[in-house]
Amino acid sequence: MGTIFITTITVTTFTGLLALLLTLADRTIGNYGELQITINDDKEYIVEGGDSLLSSLISQQIFIPSACGGKGTCGYCKVKILEGGGPVLSTELPWLTGEEIEDNVRISCQCKVKEDMRIEIPEELFNVREYQVTIETIEDLTPRIKRLRLRFKDGEEIDFKPGQYVQLKAPIYEGNDEEVYRAYSIASPPSDKSYIDLIIGYVGGKATTYVHKFLSEGDTVDINGPYGDFQYQDTYDNDMVMVAVGTGFAPILSILYYMRDNDIRRKARFYFGARTPEDLFLLDEIEALEEELYDFQFIPTLSRVLDEHDWTGERGRVNVALDKHIKSPEDKEAYLCGSPGMIDTVIEVLKDKGILEESIYYDKF
Amino acid sequence: MIELNPFIIFFAAIFTNNMIFSYFLGMCSFIGVSKEIPTSLGLGQAVTFVLTFTTILNYILYHSILVPLNLEYLRFIVFIISIAAFVQLLEMVVERYFPNLYYALGIFLPLITVNCAILGVSLFMVIREYTFLQSLGFGVGSGIGWTLAIVAMAGARQKIKRTKLPRGLEGPGITLIITGLMALAFIGFSGIVQIQ
Repeated sequence: MGTIFITTITVTTFTGLLALLLTLADRTIGNYGELQITINDDKEYIVEGGDSLLSSLISQQIFIPSACGGKGTCGYCKVKILEGGGPVLSTELPWLTGEEIEDNVRISCQCKVKEDMRIEIPEELFNVREYQVTIETIEDLTPRIKRLRLRFKDGEEIDFKPGQYVQLKAPIYEGNDEEVYRAYSIASPPSDKSYIDLIIGYVGGKATTYVHKFLSEGDTVDINGPYGDFQYQDTYDNDMVMVAVGTGFAPILSILYYMRDNDIRRKARFYFGARTPEDLFLLDEIEALEEELYDFQFIPTLSRVLDEHDWTGERGRVNVALDKHIKSPEDKEAYLCGSPGMIDTVIEVLKDKGILEESIYYDKF
Repeated sequence: MIELNPFIIFFAAIFTNNMIFSYFLGMCSFIGVSKEIPTSLGLGQAVTFVLTFTTILNYILYHSILVPLNLEYLRFIVFIISIAAFVQLLEMVVERYFPNLYYALGIFLPLITVNCAILGVSLFMVIREYTFLQSLGFGVGSGIGWTLAIVAMAGARQKIKRTKLPRGLEGPGITLIITGLMALAFIGFSGIVQIQ
């Protein structure tokens, strides 16, 4: 009995003293006072010093895209620090190219705010907010792909450009011991700001497992966004070539709805690559769009057609169909969304066809 | 216990009783951060730095508090807590007052709070009944030995990066195998001196 008592008292006193010491140290040594962050030489924010730049910005409701939540393992949260960032840390080096280092690009979750800072971020990030949304419907598009409708709370709305994405937080669940954020393109029309649709395929990762195995209608999830410079471009009204595979369908759908809602009269062709007819989805919505849009055609192309499928459409990968259908490169603009492999191949095909590289917009995932 | 010169213990901790190659302690950061020489050298320095101070701190704690109170059995928990708190404190001090040192090795400090080589050194010091100077020699030597090991491994891994490996062996797999081979080489030193 005495031993237990003495042990408990000693350990408690010892840890208590150290905790006190650390708290004092945090208040004195770790206290950098209030510091100023100037963003884009325009907006000024006063933050409590000593935290990482990423969390200081979050405390001011400015969200930099980050998938790992500030652990320095994804390298997404890049910002330009013009003043006050100190030297580049070795924990940042794996994520930065030589060019970026020259350009003062830093990983914001690794840089601490210890003096006044001057930084540069893309202007549209000011538009990024954090939302808690309700899952209104979950719809099986194919056995491995679901469409989720996320409804915003009353009074909240999202202002996004067609083609942009949001980040969805997968919380800690059984089999996942860390919170992760994953990016998903918005698949709904930007004209309705009270909800967004996401199209999410099951790949066995932390977030897709969460969506496919744990989420059900009525649940709430955290998202932030919108992000991304893969957007509908309204500079010219030349012909549009859209190419997607799998869930890359989502941003293209949003772009098409945007064109419908704003009565944009451009010729558009959407090449969609899949394996078998069972992998095609939302065909009724696409058919309706073909009716409603000025000059739009959906061209699905299947790479693994069997005789029993009775398929009369295009065969092979998307690049084959593109090669066949694109006759003249003049005045064409391309929007690609899909895996890096598909995008690299398609860019080559389009460039061979004579489409200018600066008219090719893409979103690799 | 034979009275060993602290210098002998110092060199023994580097070569014959290396923390990595003889005891396989501190493997987590050893495998995780041994991809490139500069980074591993930074981490090695941080480990040496922390080892030196925690050995001194824990020596004092053990001999002036735990032993007089007959609480030797509490050494595990006390050492762990004191190491964790010390590293935290050290990080704050270094970050605030020695920015250059912070950029060189401060960022590694959170990684080594739970490095078991550091707890191991404090525990060995107690088990082997080292005097203060012997403990100091052992602490510094172990740190340098750990640095030597991780830098050697980083050198090997930089070369391996360009070779084709069977997929299952990439990363930690091949690192553990190389560690084993290096450990075999270090066993060659082990008969030279006994420090326990």
